[in-house]
This record gives sequence, C-alpha cells and structure tokens, in this order.
Amino acid sequence: MLTLNNVEVIYNDVILVLKGMSLHVPEGKIVGLLGSNGAGKSTTLKAISGLLKAEDGEVTDGNIQFLNADIQHKDASDIVRQGIFQVMEGRRVFEHLTTEENLVAGSYTRSSVNLRDEIEIVYEYFPRLKERRHQTAGYLSGGEQQMLAIGRALMAKPKLMMLDEPSLGLAPLLVMEIFNIIKRINEEQKTTILLVEQNANLTLSVADYAYIMESGRIVLEGAPLDLRENADVREFYLGLTEVGQRKSYRDVKHYKRRKRWLS
Amino acid sequence: MALFIQLTLTGLTNGAILALAALGFVLIYKSSDVINFAQGEFLLIGAYVIFGLVAQVGIFWPVSLILTVLIAVALGVVVERLVLRPMIGEPIISVIMVTIGLSSLLKAIVSAIWGTIPQAFPAFIPSAPVKILGATVGEDRLWALVIAVLMLGLFNIFFTRSREGIAMRAVADDQQAALSMGISVKKIFAWAWSIAAATAALGGLLVANIVGVSGELAGFGLRVFPVVILGGLDSIPGAIIGGIIIGLLEAYTGGYIGQGLNQVLPFVVLIVILMVRPYGLFGQEIIERV
Repeated sequence: MLTLNNVEVIYNDVILVLKGMSLHVPEGKIVGLLGSNGAGKSTTLKAISGLLKAEDGEVTDGNIQFLNADIQHKDASDIVRQGIFQVMEGRRVFEHLTTEENLVAGSYTRSSVNLRDEIEIVYEYFPRLKERRHQTAGYLSGGEQQMLAIGRALMAKPKLMMLDEPSLGLAPLLVMEIFNIIKRINEEQKTTILLVEQNANLTLSVADYAYIMESGRIVLEGAPLDLRENADVREFYLGLTEVGQRKSYRDVKHYKRRKRWLS
Repeated sequence: MALFIQLTLTGLTNGAILALAALGFVLIYKSSDVINFAQGEFLLIGAYVIFGLVAQVGIFWPVSLILTVLIAVALGVVVERLVLRPMIGEPIISVIMVTIGLSSLLKAIVSAIWGTIPQAFPAFIPSAPVKILGATVGEDRLWALVIAVLMLGLFNIFFTRSREGIAMRAVADDQQAALSMGISVKKIFAWAWSIAAATAALGGLLVANIVGVSGELAGFGLRVFPVVILGGLDSIPGAIIGGIIIGLLEAYTGGYIGQGLNQVLPFVVLIVILMVRPYGLFGQEIIERV
C-alpha cells in the first residue's frame, strides 16, 4: 500500500536527517516503527504526509509511493485527500475549539458526509469524548486529548492512519486502552496503521510487522516474534539481559553491549 | 429621558458599524496573526466603489451593492496573494509594516481615481427621521444597525456551525495541525482577507451614508483599534460588544459631559479594562493545563 524507496530528507538545505530510508506498509496491517530519539521517525511520517514542507524540509532523493502513485511532491492537503492521515506527536488538538468542533475539523476533506453518524462512530470508540463533547478541548486531560486526536483522524476515514507516539506522556493503563482501540480500529474499520513508538514492548504486541530505525535508516526489520528474539532488540529496546531477566542496576559490573547492526 | 434614548440609539448605531469594521480586523488577526493597519482603507474603498457605481456609472443600487461586495472579495484575495503570502514566515513587525505601506498605497489609489474633494453619498437608503420613544433618529442609522446585527449574526453561525468556519478557527489555533487535517492554510488566509474586505466595504458604505464620502473614512478605521483591543483581538463576540461599548460611551460622554471629551473617555475605559483583563474582555487566554 505504502512504499518508501531509499528516501533522503534534508532540512534547511543542509541537515541530512533520513539517509536512504526504505519501508513497506502492506494493506490492512499494523506496522510498527521503533527507534530512539532523533532517529528520524517523525521525519519519516512528515515526509509521507507532506508536512515536511512547512518545516523547510525536503525529500531530495528516493520516492514515496502510495497505492502505486508517487506522492513525495504532493501538497499536504492532497495527501490527506488520497487517504493518508497523520496523528501528530504531542496530540495537537485545537485548544480553543470544543471536542465536537475538533471532530468536525477532522472531517474537512470529506465531501458529502453525514457528520452526526460519523461523530457517533467516534464516540463509540471513545465514550469519554461524548461526555465532554461541548468542552473546550484545551482543558481535556492528556489521555482525552490523545483520544480526540485519534478521533479526529477517524473522522477523515483514512485508508492509512499514521500515529506518532500516541503513548507520549500518558499513564500505562491509558496507554493500554489506547493501543487496544488502535487495534480495534484496524480490525473494524479496515484501516491500515503505521505506528511510530518508543514503547517497544507494546508496539511489538499489536504490530504485524516492525521496523527499527537508527540515525536516519532502517537497521532491522521483522515480525514481532522474531524481533523479540533478537539479542540487540532485547538489550536496547526491551531492557532484558541475555538470559532474559529484567536488567538490574544491582549488577555492578555492567558492560554496554555493542550494537551488532552498526558494525 | 428623551436625551438618554437619543444618545443610546446614536451610540448603538455607531457601535454596530464599528463592530462591523472591527470584525474583518479580528478575522485576519485570528486566522493569520497579522494586525491589518489597512483595514480603514478597506472601508474607504468600499464606500468609493459603491459611490462610483451608483452615482457616477448609474447602476441600480442593489446591483451595485453586490458588485461592491464582489470587488471587495477580489481585492482581499489579491492583497493576500500579492502582499501577504510572500511575507509568510517573516517577522511579525515586517508584516505589520507591509500593511501600513498597503494602507498608504490604497489611499493614494483612491484619491488618484476619485480625487480628494468630499462627495455626497447617493441617497438610496431612506433617511427620513423616525421617532422612537420620544427620540428622533434617521432611518438610515436604523438600517445600519439592522444590517450590522444581521451580518454579525451570520458570522456567528458561520464560525460555529459551518465546516469552513470551524476550519478557519482551527487554522488560527494551530496551523500545522490544521495542515495535517488537509485544511489548506493558504485558502483559509485568502478567505479571511476577502471576508474582511467585504465586511469592511459594507461598513464603509454604512458610514459614508451617514457622514459622506471622503478620505476621512479611513480615519474611522483607526477607531477600530480601541474596539478590538477592548473586546480582545481574536474574539468575534468581543468585537461586537467592544464596538457597542465604545459607541455608547462616545455618545454618552458627548451628550452629557461635552463634545471633545468623547474622543478621550473610551481610551480611559480601555486602559481600566485592560488592567483588569489584559487579554481584553473576551480575548483568548493562553490555555494552560495544571
């Protein structure tokens, strides 16, 4: 459905952020994209959604194909119309609009839509939003704002939903709840999902396939089960030692493992 | 009592027109953060265009009215495209300087076409005096009030019910998030400028009908500043209530205390209100969750 071929992204004409990034998202699946801070995960999403241009970034090499058509030079609004919707990092709800107005804004690109019904569907996934429908979004709790951000994406009825760190700053229980809903959306709405996360454990539990990114390129990919078995992933992303226990700082002698994929 | 009603009516009508002029100003600030110093010139152009169409070309006035609004919309789009869009991403002070330059340019264009001699406005709005509760007021002033209230009501519905209106407020809130929703920020800016120019044109027409067509009209645009600062730079209800408060204050001080002072007192009240509410009466506070 979505394919990135050797994509290179440069900010401000000088800063090389993506150095030959390739990735494939098959239709109807959940694909996870893991990586530490500054690996280029968000940049990858912005390159796909076209938001890069607003930040002085540019795809300088390679191509991005969605449903077999090149989209790397399209405008953000065209890309949304084609069915790709990015839920931005940090929730980014419209603070001074009410919950319901936020949802209406999400449906902006859809012509002839029955707003009532669509909003009801969102409320079915997120009953908490219904209770707060007329509240100013800026005063919702962090979890509710994240739900609203995903709800807004649902309103656009995208073919591919890209979520940028939906777990950011939320309590573990809430994160579980949100991940369950993401899974449900994938199954019930048949929405393909590209999930960018730092929370490796949870991502590997919902994803059908996962990529691991480091300094601007993919270093490892595979099915979640295989990745869980990989010693590097266990060490650096899941926080487990070679024997499979939790890592403890009580073990005074602590040698940092060398990442094998870097050599 | 008769004096009170008289002053109230005058204040209300002036206030409603002020609010209409302020609305465009708020709209531009709200969606693009630009303070438009050329708002007064939009009023001026609106008044002169309809004057030219009705009195000089001789087109039936309802047709002229529609043409004027269309011309204003076109002007708004052109200004946004040629003057403001190249300024996206530039420091705010540069953008403000550009609007000041724009105001001089527009004023010069108007005087180049129509000269600087004040003209009488074609009297297509009936202006016979009407008696209300013992006070007399021109019918044209009442029409001004009705049109202003109607426009403001329409705007309110537009901004809370229609998808375009909500998208406009969304852009004002967070441009990048709006972009991620497929909302074209450029299109929204063009909308904001053309609606602002159109309402200003209507406001200009209403003022010109009362005071005549002359370069002075642009000065009326400056009186919008206390209104919007009082109401909150980014609030539409604020523009309406601010306009009415300033209109009434001017009328009351002029009537009870003395002419001349009515130019000063609104600013005194403005300072007091800003001390209590620094965002203006209805301005958006920066939301902080604690």
